[in-house]
Amino acid sequence: MFRFYCALLAGKLAVIGCKVLGKVMHRGGTNLPGEVALKICPDFLKYIGRPPQIVTVTGTNGKTTTTNMIVDVLEKSGYQVLSNREGGNIASGIATCLMNGVSLSNKPRYPLAVLEVDERSSLRIYPYVRPDYTICTNLFRDSCMRNAHPHFIYDIIEQAMPDTTTLFLNADDILSSRLKKDNKRIYYSIDRQPEDRTEPFNILNDMRICPRCQETLEYDYVRYNQIGRVHCPKCGLRSPEPDFHVSAIDYDNRLVTIEHNGMREEYPMVSDSIFNIYNELTVVTFLRTFGVSADKICDALADTRIVDSRYRFEVVNGIQVISTMAKSWIAPAVSVVFDYVRNLPHRKEIVLMIEDTDYNVIASENLTYMYDTDFEFLNDPLIENIVVIGVRSKDYLLRMLLAGIDEDRIHCTENISDIPKLMHFSKDIDVHIIYDMHQMVNYEKIRQTVKDAIRGGKQA
Amino acid sequence: MIKIEALYTEACNLYGDRFNVTYLEKSLQGQAEFIYTSLNETPRFVTEDVDMIYMGAMPEKEQEYVIDRLRPYTDRLRQLIDAGKVMLFTGNAFEVFGSYIEKDDGSRIPCLGLYEGYAVRRMMQRHNSMFLGTLTDDTGKDMEIIGFKSQFTQTYADKAEGYCFRKIRGYGLNKAFDQEGIRMGNFFGTYLTGPILIMNPYFAKYLLRLAGAGDVTLAFEEVAVAAYEKRLPEFHDPKRKVDL
Repeated sequence: MFRFYCALLAGKLAVIGCKVLGKVMHRGGTNLPGEVALKICPDFLKYIGRPPQIVTVTGTNGKTTTTNMIVDVLEKSGYQVLSNREGGNIASGIATCLMNGVSLSNKPRYPLAVLEVDERSSLRIYPYVRPDYTICTNLFRDSCMRNAHPHFIYDIIEQAMPDTTTLFLNADDILSSRLKKDNKRIYYSIDRQPEDRTEPFNILNDMRICPRCQETLEYDYVRYNQIGRVHCPKCGLRSPEPDFHVSAIDYDNRLVTIEHNGMREEYPMVSDSIFNIYNELTVVTFLRTFGVSADKICDALADTRIVDSRYRFEVVNGIQVISTMAKSWIAPAVSVVFDYVRNLPHRKEIVLMIEDTDYNVIASENLTYMYDTDFEFLNDPLIENIVVIGVRSKDYLLRMLLAGIDEDRIHCTENISDIPKLMHFSKDIDVHIIYDMHQMVNYEKIRQTVKDAIRGGKQA
Repeated sequence: MIKIEALYTEACNLYGDRFNVTYLEKSLQGQAEFIYTSLNETPRFVTEDVDMIYMGAMPEKEQEYVIDRLRPYTDRLRQLIDAGKVMLFTGNAFEVFGSYIEKDDGSRIPCLGLYEGYAVRRMMQRHNSMFLGTLTDDTGKDMEIIGFKSQFTQTYADKAEGYCFRKIRGYGLNKAFDQEGIRMGNFFGTYLTGPILIMNPYFAKYLLRLAGAGDVTLAFEEVAVAAYEKRLPEFHDPKRKVDL
């Protein structure tokens, strides 16, 4: 234990150091104290004092948004919550967070922790942290280099998760809903929507064959990728029945109706995208089960907005400029953004910068994810112009041509300054900027260039 | 009209692999029949002559299903390889045709045994790298091949009949071996994954010539060649790392 207390002390000093250095340490500060502690004591997570109740949120997409919303509602409802919402979600980030929640004598100072956990790090976290509740939002294909494929991540979580943890699972994801089948579990689902289809339509669907008998699965309906309701015609495997379900989505009045345990509750819609409605349903499912009243959740959600850095709506000289962040190496996440943009009912032009510029300096970016991504969604009559920026623009051009997009509608450049001459900027055409989450600096340059060009009168 | 059979695309499509076939389909419109065989169907090559067979990378469980499905046709596959039929297997797909795959616990998954060599799988040791190599085509010209590897396995096949590509940068079948992929006549099995035919248009044209399609102009060939030529110097650049 001497080693542990040395690690705790060193970690706490590192926390202070990071706070002092603050802006200098901007990116690494939330992981560094944990890294120090784990270096000194590799079993640090085994010994660190844990709050009496621990909730973890994992999954490929939506875990940050879900964690933030849960913590917001709990805090607004009077709970004192320890969370890593400002920090890292790998083992070192979790170590930093738990370290912040104990005294120097290792006594927990919070009754409850809500922790976002990187799914790939499960083996290094769950055996020690042992959550009481875990929410798994979904499992999709992620970076092939780090996460390989979702079945690999499934196996890691399956192996790492304690048998005593109560799981909150998306019943519409036939992959993640099968995790830890003997654990206590609560399922949630969104009822069939008018826009759902009967045949898988994405390039990616990692659940085409039955995990029990390998027969081709039949989809009752499919929403995107493997999300939907499914059954196996041979062995009878089915999507599980939900305990909580969205029975109505009222886009006009921005209300989501959720039914559970014989009750019907209306919640304010936090965002009109289906993936954020899933996040909201996940939050409500957990919080209602946890004992938070519907009224308190409604009050808190009424003030909740999805973090602005991921979605921004502006009007510049009468032209709508809409920015959406996409995680470029995660094909389903980019496809969802493409699908969302194409379904908006206006004419539009797009500035696309989703390559990883850093990788294209130190190596050469692996483009395999481009061919898992549904660029076909951009082949839409309302999308009149696509400007691709970056050194990989020839690869994107080829991908879009293979998606059937007319070459006249695609412009490639390596220079952000070329944007004004390649865009239409017309009052009846929205401008969409789709950018990678690691491209914040370039995104701001693009956004400013677009706005300056519009304000400077470069309009049709 | 040539016939191209893509095996088990519902299960064998990691990292954009399926687009190798899509690209051929877009390049050979009206000049080829494409057959997509699902995991629960008998492959067409069993009863008919096909000119080319393709299979992409797959998750580990699926790899075992595929081995089970193909095992009854081992002799037929040997016959087709000997007859010079073109086969392309990307990522871990070619391991199916080796001797065995060793798992983390040391147990072995027996494979089809069509080449002498085995794979060692280590699920906590992901290997990611860039690869640059060469291949001599049917006209005696060398072409440079570029691609990416992303895998849990390494193959050991010192006594294999042949190899696909000679390494310039990156790694071969394993970290200590300079030859990449397994080659038996027109059987090409490579750890390069993803849309390698799109990334390597000259290789795609070569395979189509071997399959009997003649000198095909690929879909958007000019753009594909421009993208390839843009990347090639990056793969040659010694300042850029190969381990990703």
